Amino acid sequence: MANPFVMLVDDESDFIETMSKRLQKRGFKVLTATEGKGALELVGKNRNLEVMILDVKMPGMDGIEVLREMKKSYPLIEVIMLTGHATIESAIDGMKIGAFDYLMKPCNIEQLSQKVQEAVEKRRAQEEKIEKARMEKVVSTRGI
Amino acid sequence: MTNKESPKENSQNAKAYYRNLTRNMIATMVTVSFAPMIVVIVFLLYQFHLSYFEKTYAHLQELVQKHKQNIDTFLDEKLANIQFLVQSSSLERLTDRSILQAKLRYLQEQYGDVFVDLGVVDETGKQLAYAGPYELQDVGYFEASWFKAAIAKDFYISDVFMGFRGTPHFIITVRWQRQDKTYILRTTIDFQYFNTLVENLRVGRTGYAFILNSEGRFQTRPVFEKALWEKTYDYFIRRMDASDRLVEVIELPDESGTTHIYAIAGLKNGDWLMIFKQEKFDAFSDIYRMFQFAGIIFLVGAAGIGLMAFLLTKRMVRRIMSADKEKARLNQQMIETGKLASVGELAAGIAHEINNPVAIMVEEAGWIEDLLQEEEFAQSENLEEFRRALRQIATQGRRCKEITHKLLSFARKTDATVKDVQINDLITEIVDLSAQMARYNKVIIATELQPGLPYVCLAPSEMQQVMLNLINNAIDAMDKTGGTINISTKISKLEENHIVITVEDDGPGIPEANLNRIFDPFFTTKAVGKGTGLGLSICYGIIEKMGGKIDVTSTVNQGTRFRIWIPIQAAGKDSSEKK
Repeated sequence: MANPFVMLVDDESDFIETMSKRLQKRGFKVLTATEGKGALELVGKNRNLEVMILDVKMPGMDGIEVLREMKKSYPLIEVIMLTGHATIESAIDGMKIGAFDYLMKPCNIEQLSQKVQEAVEKRRAQEEKIEKARMEKVVSTRGI
Repeated sequence: MTNKESPKENSQNAKAYYRNLTRNMIATMVTVSFAPMIVVIVFLLYQFHLSYFEKTYAHLQELVQKHKQNIDTFLDEKLANIQFLVQSSSLERLTDRSILQAKLRYLQEQYGDVFVDLGVVDETGKQLAYAGPYELQDVGYFEASWFKAAIAKDFYISDVFMGFRGTPHFIITVRWQRQDKTYILRTTIDFQYFNTLVENLRVGRTGYAFILNSEGRFQTRPVFEKALWEKTYDYFIRRMDASDRLVEVIELPDESGTTHIYAIAGLKNGDWLMIFKQEKFDAFSDIYRMFQFAGIIFLVGAAGIGLMAFLLTKRMVRRIMSADKEKARLNQQMIETGKLASVGELAAGIAHEINNPVAIMVEEAGWIEDLLQEEEFAQSENLEEFRRALRQIATQGRRCKEITHKLLSFARKTDATVKDVQINDLITEIVDLSAQMARYNKVIIATELQPGLPYVCLAPSEMQQVMLNLINNAIDAMDKTGGTINISTKISKLEENHIVITVEDDGPGIPEANLNRIFDPFFTTKAVGKGTGLGLSICYGIIEKMGGKIDVTSTVNQGTRFRIWIPIQAAGKDSSEKK
């Protein structure tokens, strides 16, 4: 199975740097972005992205907006919200919009990687379903 | 140094202020109530006084006028009587004593004992005939002053004099001529009877009337004055001519200082003066009595007003004092609240600023930990020490996180928008949120939610905060040992129109000593750095704001139960209140 492809979005570049190193060490393929717009552009260029780890509180476009945009444009990419605040509301909002889960910052790397794994599995399972459906469609049309 | 004195000074200032206030209020109340009263009383009394005086004067004038007319009529009548006698009888008959006596008797029968006697006097002053009670036959009047006056006039009414008989009397004479000789018919008017005419005029206690002649001698016996023949009342004598027709009313003080009212009228064509005299005080005794009465009423009223002003003011000032105290207390509370809010704001700022660096630090430590797993470090003798240090960094980082999260949750501005909320849904949401944390602590959260609860109107984020606080507290309390949290909702049986939420745990419970302090701000039993002591006080504030109630019962080693009552209200009403 291919390495999970993850994108980290946070305005703290130091945090992203270390985090990406740690995730890479755990076998993830990691992309980073320090603000919402750039992240969305990067997603556009990397269509095989599987999970996005998204900070809620960011200058400019905040996490919730990015999430909304993601769900609109790339519904299959799972998003894990990362909140530096005890703003449970934003986490709940995120979940309502369709985030996979949320984690509080600073977070345990094991917990995070486990969450990412789960998200990747979900994503892959969904992709598989879609693939299967497509196949069935193809098969059925041929059958006729 | 001033700090120590200032409270004392303050209280003295306040005392002076309240004293001042009391004084001003009393002064205002008294002035406001007295001014119109005095104005009205003075005006009314003055008007009353004026009209009463006018009435009294008019009354006196009329009285005296009437009496004057009476007396004048009386004198004219008597004069006419004997004039008729003279005209209707011959000289011979009149000088006949028996006939004269018959005439007298006739007159007395007709007019009572007004006529004392009758006499005929010739021009030499010799009394030719006499009928009456005295032995005056052949008496000579030539020297008598009345005779001189009588002989010179057709008729004459004398002043009162003593004459031969030695008692005061006056006479009426009519002159007529027969055979070149002049005769006079004289009659004596009964002094007592005449006196009664004047004596009848009595008013009040001191009002009486008398008659003076042109020399100022009394012509009647005055009721209150003894000296019958004393010359007096010069003042009136001098004014005699002026007072001929009109009744004049004047006021004069006498020697003793008592002011008298005099009503003066001329009598007998101005020869006599009829004077009515009354003490002014007596004449106006009614009005003076009324003044007295008004004065007493005024004084009693004044005393009442003064007393009421005093008492009311005392009470009002006391009220104001307590209101001021309450205000000061509220102000203090406001300041405290404001302080708390700004501290919270500050804390939130700091917490936010600290949270990110801490996250990075923890991450870096984690990264080092990751790297330590590389083979090159495996032989390092200090590897274990590195690991321990890194674990320590991670632990302390987590601790920092806890602190900053608590601070942020305390200070964050919650969304206070009010909407209709289904409490059960809200609780379910919160329980789901907390389930993860609960699992870590081996705590099971069970819910027992009565279905079909009515919607309540509140700010969901606030309610979430309350529930989270209670659940987190319960989880914290059952730290390590684990346990169960039971959350139930139902319609309250104790409180009408309330939903009651019960959060019950089977943890260690709260000691009784702490039980009534747990809602106090900053009260915490958690270790330093573990809790801010704000959670429950925030809950309390939120529930109070909703118009609800929160209470706690706890038994040590058995568990704690929080109950929250939330009023079920019409949404419209509630939102309008919130504004």
